[in-house]
Order: sequence, then structure tokens, then C-alpha cells
Amino acid sequence: MTTMRPDTAQRPGPDTEQRVAGGVGDSPVRPDGTLKVKGEFAFSSDLWADDMLWGATLRSPHPRARIRGIDITGAVALPGVFAVLTHEDVPGAKTYGLEIRDQPVLAIGEVRYAGEPVAIVAADHPETARRAVARIAVDYEVLPPVVDADAALDPRSAQVHDRGNLLRHVPVRRGDPAVPAEVVVTGEYEVGMQDQAFLGPESGLAVPAEDGGVDLYVATQWLHVDQDQIAGCLGLPTSLVRLTLAGVGGAFGAREDLSMQVHACLLARHTGKPVKMVYGREESFYGHVHRHPARLRYEHGATRDGRLVYVRARIVLDGGAYASSSTAVCGNAATLGIGPYDVPNVVMDAYVAYTNNPPCGAMRGFGTVQACFAYESQMDKLAAAVGLHPVEVRLRNALTTGDRMPTGQLVEGPAPVAELLRRVRDAPDPPPRGTDPRLLPGGVSNTTHGESVVRGVGYAIGIKNVGFSEGFDDFATARVRLELVGGEPAVLVHSAAAEVGQGLVTVQAQIARTELGIAQVTVATADTTVGSAGSSSASRQTYLSGGAVRAACRAVRAALLARSGLPDARLVDGAAVSPAGEVPLVELLRAGPVEETVEWRHRPTSPLHPATGQGDAHVQYAFAAHRATVDVDTELGLVRVVELSTAQDVGRAVNPQAVQGQIQGGSAQGLGLALMEEIQVVDGLIRNPSFTDYLIPTILDMPPMRVEVLELADPYSPYGLRGVGEPPTISSTPAIVAAIRAATGKALARVPVRPEHITEGPQWTD
Amino acid sequence: MEFLQPSTWDDAMAAKAAQPEAVPIAGGTDVMVELNFDRRRPPALLDLTRVAELTQWGTDGPLLRVGAGVTSRRLIAELGGRLPGLAMASRTVGSPQIRNRGTVGGNLGSASPAGDAHPPLLASDALVELASVRGVRRVPVAEFFTGPKRSVLAPDELVAAFLVAPAGGPQQFAKVGTRNAMVIAVCSFALALHPAQRRVGTGIGSAAPTPRRATAAEDFLAAALPWDTRGRLPDSTAREFGALVAAAAAPIDDVRGTAAYRRHALSVLAGRTLRWAWEALCD
Repeated sequence: MTTMRPDTAQRPGPDTEQRVAGGVGDSPVRPDGTLKVKGEFAFSSDLWADDMLWGATLRSPHPRARIRGIDITGAVALPGVFAVLTHEDVPGAKTYGLEIRDQPVLAIGEVRYAGEPVAIVAADHPETARRAVARIAVDYEVLPPVVDADAALDPRSAQVHDRGNLLRHVPVRRGDPAVPAEVVVTGEYEVGMQDQAFLGPESGLAVPAEDGGVDLYVATQWLHVDQDQIAGCLGLPTSLVRLTLAGVGGAFGAREDLSMQVHACLLARHTGKPVKMVYGREESFYGHVHRHPARLRYEHGATRDGRLVYVRARIVLDGGAYASSSTAVCGNAATLGIGPYDVPNVVMDAYVAYTNNPPCGAMRGFGTVQACFAYESQMDKLAAAVGLHPVEVRLRNALTTGDRMPTGQLVEGPAPVAELLRRVRDAPDPPPRGTDPRLLPGGVSNTTHGESVVRGVGYAIGIKNVGFSEGFDDFATARVRLELVGGEPAVLVHSAAAEVGQGLVTVQAQIARTELGIAQVTVATADTTVGSAGSSSASRQTYLSGGAVRAACRAVRAALLARSGLPDARLVDGAAVSPAGEVPLVELLRAGPVEETVEWRHRPTSPLHPATGQGDAHVQYAFAAHRATVDVDTELGLVRVVELSTAQDVGRAVNPQAVQGQIQGGSAQGLGLALMEEIQVVDGLIRNPSFTDYLIPTILDMPPMRVEVLELADPYSPYGLRGVGEPPTISSTPAIVAAIRAATGKALARVPVRPEHITEGPQWTD
Repeated sequence: MEFLQPSTWDDAMAAKAAQPEAVPIAGGTDVMVELNFDRRRPPALLDLTRVAELTQWGTDGPLLRVGAGVTSRRLIAELGGRLPGLAMASRTVGSPQIRNRGTVGGNLGSASPAGDAHPPLLASDALVELASVRGVRRVPVAEFFTGPKRSVLAPDELVAAFLVAPAGGPQQFAKVGTRNAMVIAVCSFALALHPAQRRVGTGIGSAAPTPRRATAAEDFLAAALPWDTRGRLPDSTAREFGALVAAAAAPIDDVRGTAAYRRHALSVLAGRTLRWAWEALCD
């Protein structure tokens, strides 16, 4: 990894005059790293309680049906069964949801997608629970499902909910909507339904408490939003619903919505026993939301020298049966949907519709992935139309500091779009094709010894908002305690921020070390005994919880220095130091611990104007560019990505190794969408709910990466950092598809690209 | 679920005779997936991993006799020189961990149209040895498969071994999948040249209800190849061979690929494997 710091003098750094190893900018070993490598880390599916029961879920086999009756007598009669519950047993709110509470805890009178939970069972053995589920008889009146998002928007369509099928429409208008242009390119694109494919399925353990409440140990992304929804459905005050983060085996957005949380708590409260629920792999495909499939129609108008005059776009997202975070995803698609380009005239309309397909919601990239595939395909078309190199046409339109987004928002701080593009363009070429058949398209399957293999190169760049947008009160809470442990100063950081594998636990400790100059830092398990940290999503947690930990550390430092009684004291080498004297830290702490809790916010954002989409909706933009080099077997339509070269501005690499991990992993997820990852839904039914047929990249699919990390400090964020997690996923997909187009001349207007699209598909002409 | 663990082959056959509904399990790479996905809840599993005889291979006259419990990894390491087509197919099976467990006997027992071992066994005229307390029979592999995941295996029978002649000429195997490793075949093709008999063997995978030979393609090629001169392979011969292989398939559209693509890909694989094999023969 290469790093560029253009101005080290301005680099934000510690205010404490003491350097300890493992601070901001280092890559200390993850506290859970060794356990995970050795297979000893306890994931949420490993939870255990004596005397616990096992929960299981009956799901609808139909995408749309009326429920005429549910007969549970067969299930109840099975020995070992402790509870069989339906919607009638939900004591509080019958529905929940992140933005719109439209999703029933258990289906009420109607099912709206195949896989919707209808009833739950607790039994003394998972096999017994499974058998009991099979004995529940549901009388369905099957209805024709609404399965096409465009058709769902037709007022004559059957309605998925009473409120109509339009979940949200976000228009964005800038400049002249009817301005002409010398060169016009149009395209229609399609993005399939990608799954987050985390490896640790939904799971948790609910334990009934003596005070009438419940303790839930669960793998999630946002403890407090779970807590609110669970308490509402249980009819309990939030104080009686306590959540503790269990070991999370990946998230990528799929754990933002509730899955088994309310179910396990209901069963635990009903039986008075701890209840564990673990989804199997197949059930997991039904148990969480997916990336929205999209149809996108774009028209780009430009001058003959490739300067964009206008972009007109219509994006239709399939939201599936329930709202989840669809409205925010739609907002992202609309506001970021023309890409990191300066475009004077924009007509953008993004829609998200209810259908009877599986519900879609948060996934890494969150509405920008679909748009980026379309707008970057369009930029390549434009490059071809005006006879420019694909990077050159992008450079001529690159967004930069001081430009305005289509929403009217001013781009503040570094926006190195052109620099990132130049870096991937100028990166050295990967070595030419060798003879090892495993490194040819087809890999180990021996499909070519070089026949019909053509190399192609493609480029793409993407833009992502960091943090929650559109006026959301986005904050994080952190509690920091400094005390003597065994006579030595030690720091305890406590927050509700979810470590989902990204390395947040390490980052929190690094920040505390830097701010307080103390090596011994422990990060407590995240739970709801401290205030909300917000979600581990939107590439926001290092920014927000990192900011909160920094602020809490600074509050602790101030309190400690005040305790010294010295005027203008600073923390230097383990002591409060001022011109008036010096008091060792150990002495200051003899009076007891210093503890501070801080709720920390980023700069406020504004809602979008409902008709024009104008507004300062986003707090920070993040950018990454990719160059993909591929070898394509043009006769068989098989692809091997030879190399991915990327450049990303991270503002400040708080943990360079974790940054590297995010970039590699995010790029791999984008490669998956480009080449293989799709939940195939036909007539509302998932046809491939398994890792046998939902393919994710292996080490033979994911090539070595060349990663350039820029550290151009954002003036408004802690340490100047910029969210890292999502941008790599956004631009790798269109870069790979562009490379396949370059090799084959095929249109490839849909991802994932399948072999038959290459062998049989139309040519790339406008 | 009962778990039967015979330690000898006789005990295994006796157990299968006593409980014909018991599902034999060796590496478990198919059976455990079926159990995990709840597609199957047999009353009993018959664990064959303690039966030492099954893990052995040796000669039986001119043939190699390979026990049903020999894993993919051992096929590659121990028999790769004598059975190169089968070894190539074995290299495409799953991951190293799966190849350490999965066996050809299990592949045959499952009788999936996508089983990677089947095309090379078809191409080299293997025999499947089936055994029960009633006795032993050897079935040509082309007659073994009767439908998707169905075979001539009687309820009380177990797959004991397969028998095959060591390669008398070049063999090839190629498989199309939508990722570069660990993938179930969209379609696959195996080719064996038998220069001594001037014969050609073929096997098609994942493109018909069962693995099958392309007999018309075999006959065409046996007659068309310049066996005597070992001359250059005419492009038209390779093309016609590919077309006949594609015509022998009966693929469907499914989650892994379309019928049209499968036919196309088979014709490409047939042409390429033929060129590779012919070049190897003429070297």
C-alpha cells in the first residue's frame, strides 16, 4: 500500500504530548484476531445457556396469499414443544421497521413475500422445533404476486400494501431540464439482486429476566434501533429490553433490520426459558434484506469535446414487500446518481416500489452501486462517442472542491476525483498472460489453454455519502473511564457501536491511546447500558463513534487536568504539566476514576426539497476509482479478473491495515456483483438460496490488488478521516464490466454478467 | 436417526440388506448437504469410512480396480498418471478440504448428472462394481445411470469399486462453471483417445438427465481421425465433432445456465479437448 500525505504539517494529530504504540495511524493487532484465526472466537451462533430452548420459524411458501387460518394443534401436541406463537401472541406493536413500521412481527391475515415469518416455535431440541414447524397447518388463499417494480408503479397494479406501491420518489432538478447537446448517448441498465452473503447466519439468545424484562445477546449492526423496535413489539419499556452484542460474523447492511430478535424474545418471555435461534444458510437467504434490483435509464448530453451538458435519468428500485431502509436507499440513488461529475443540468427521478419480491434494504453502497454501474457505463459510451480515452472523458467532467452537486450542495474539503482517476490510469500494467491454466478464464476447470482469450481494461469511479443524510439526527455515544488498575493507569472505552468485523474495536482503542497517551486500553463489549452509537453502516462508525471516543477522551483529560489544580496544564509523559509544576497521573487517579460520557454529532444535514431535490443532504463524500484488467474467453464467455488497481482517498488511515482490508473486501464484493452474485427471483420465489448456487468469489476469482491510499484531510471530521467501507464496492463492478466490454465489444447492460451475455449478447453500440 | 458403523465390508453389506433404507455415507460431501438443507431425513446412515477394503486400489487383470472409498485427493496423487482424465476431473471437485473427503464411490452413489467423475468414467468405459449379500455384479458405467440422481443400484446394494483400464492414450476433461474454482458444472466434457483400438470415448456432464456418452460423435471421430498419419487435425473435423457432442446433449434452462449456452459450450469444449488430446498423441 502506498500512502500520500500532501501536507504533513496540517495533518491532524494527538493533542496529548505523548506517543504510545498502537495509536491512530498504527495497525495494532485486533483483540479478536487470534481467536478468529484459530476458530475459537464465539460467534452469536455459539451462544449457550443451560436449560435453553431452540426457536424455529414457519415461513410462507407463497409470495402473496391471504391467510384463512392457522392450525397449531399438531405442533403443540408434539412432546418437547414449549410454545407455538402467531401474530395474536405479539403483545405490543404488531409491526416494526427502520423507517416505516410496515413489517409484521408475524404475518397478520396476509403474506407479502415468500419466506415471511408466519409462526414461531420453541422446543427442547432444534429437530423437535423443526418438526413442530412442519406440523403447523396454514390455510392459504394464494393470490397472484406483484413481481415487477415498473409494473407495480402502474396505478392499475394490485397493491402490496393499502398505501399504494410507490414507496418513495426522489426527484432532483438542476439547471435547464430541456437544454440540448451536441452529442447524446442513452442506455438502459439492469442490476440483479445481490446478497450480503455474510458467513455468520442470523442468530441470538434471549434470556428472560426476573424483573419482567429480557436480555438479548445478538449479532446486529445497531443495538439501539433493535432495542426500540423490540421493546415496542413486546409492549415493554426500553429499560426492560437489554441488548448485548454477540460475535458478529459479517453484516454489510443485512443486520440493520430485525430478523429473529423479536421472535426469540417473545418465545423467551412466553416460556420463561432462554431461547436460542439460529438460521440455517437457506433460511438466512429469506431472513434478511438484499440489495435492491434496479432498472436504470440514462441519457447523457455533452459537447463534442466530451464536456457534460446534461444528465437525465430514471431509476426504478424494487423494494420488495416491506419498506426497510428503501426510502433512504432511493435518496442516495437520486442524489448521487450522476456520479462524481460536475453537470450543470440534471433531471433525475428515482423511484422505489413495493412488490411481492423479497424485501430489499441496506447493503454496502446503499443505492449508489446500482447508479454507478449505469453512469459509468454511460461515461464509457460517451468516451466512445466523442473519441476520447475513458479516463480522459471522466477527467474533463471530474467533480472538485467548490463544485456543486445536483442537489445544490457545495463540495467542501478535498474531492480528488481527477487525482484518483489519474492514479489508476497511470498504475503499471499487470504482467502479461502466463501459461498457468489456473490463471486463465475457467480457472481450475481446464476450459482453455489460451484459445480465444482476450485481455481488456476498464475504469470506473464512484461517489458515496458517509454517515446518515437528509437531516437525520446522526450521533454516537462513548463512555471513557480512566482509572488505576494494579497501580497503573488504564482506560476503559465503552460504547454501543457494533464491531461487525470491520475493526472498530481496534480503532476505538487506538483513538484512546492517542488522546490519553496510555497504552493500556480495553474496549468493553457493546451493549445498551450506554447510549446509542448509531449504526455500523454508511461508512460512518469510525467517523461517528471514533469522534465520540475522541471527544470523551478529551473530556476525561480536561477533568483530570482540572483535578491537578495546575493552571494551563497539559498531559505530558504520564503527568499533568504546567509552568507552575507537575503532578504524576498515578497520583491524580488515587482520588478515583475519571469517567466521561459524550454524545457526539457530525455537522447537521438538511432534508431534500420534495419537488427539486435541493438541499445539503450529505455530510461527507467519499471517492474511490478502479482500473480492472480482465482476460475473457470470448468463445465460452468466461472471465478472469487479472488485476484490480484502485485509488481511494480515506482522509486519514486511522488503521492502515484495516483500511487495506476494507478496500480488498469491498472490491471483492463488487467483483461478485459484476460476475456472479445474484439472488435469482422468479415469480417471487428465490431459486438459489444456497452457497451452492449463490456464488461468491473465491481466491482464484479475486486477483491481487494494487491499492493506493490518499490521505487528504477532511477539515470537518475527526483526524480528517473519511469513511472507507463502501466506496471500494461501488466502482469495482463497473470497472470490471467495462474491461469485459473492452475485450469483447459486447453491450453487457446487466450485472452480473453471465457467460451467455458474452457469447450471445448484443454488441456495445449506441 | 440411526448411525450404523460397520468395520468390515461383509458387515456393511449385511447392514444394508437388513436396512435397505439406510443411506450410505463416505465423505459426506453430498449426503450432509442434503441433510443440512432438510431435503432428506433417512431413518439411518450407513457410515462406510471404517471399511478398510473400500479405501484400497489395485489391479484386476488388465484393469485397475479402485475402491469406492478412495478420495479425490488420492485419485490425483496416486492414480493421476494412469487415469489422467479422472484426475483432471478430480482437480475440479470443490476445495482441497472437499477433495480430502469426497470419493468416486460417493459420486456414483449420488448419481447426479453434474457428478464430476462421471464423464471421464464414461469416456474410458469404466465398470461399476455393485455388491450385496446376494453377490457382486459389474455394470458398464453407461448403463449405471437411469435418471437424475437415480441409478441401477438395488436397495440392498452398495457401490464397491469401479474398474477401468489405465489410459492407453491422451485423456482430457474440461468443465464450465461461473466461477474459477469450487463450482458445480454448468456443463462438462471428457474425452479419451484409444489409439490402439482406434476408438474414441466421450462423456457429457450436466447437460442431460444423466451423464451420457456422445456415441455418434465417438463414431464420427473414430472414423475421421488420421490415426495412421497422425497428421494435423482438420478444423472441420473438430467442428463436426463439437456439433455432434452438442447434439448428443439434452440440456435444460436452470439456475446455473441456459440450454442454448450449454450446447454451445459443449461444442467448444469438445473441439478444444480434441485438439489438446490429438496434439498430445502426435507429440
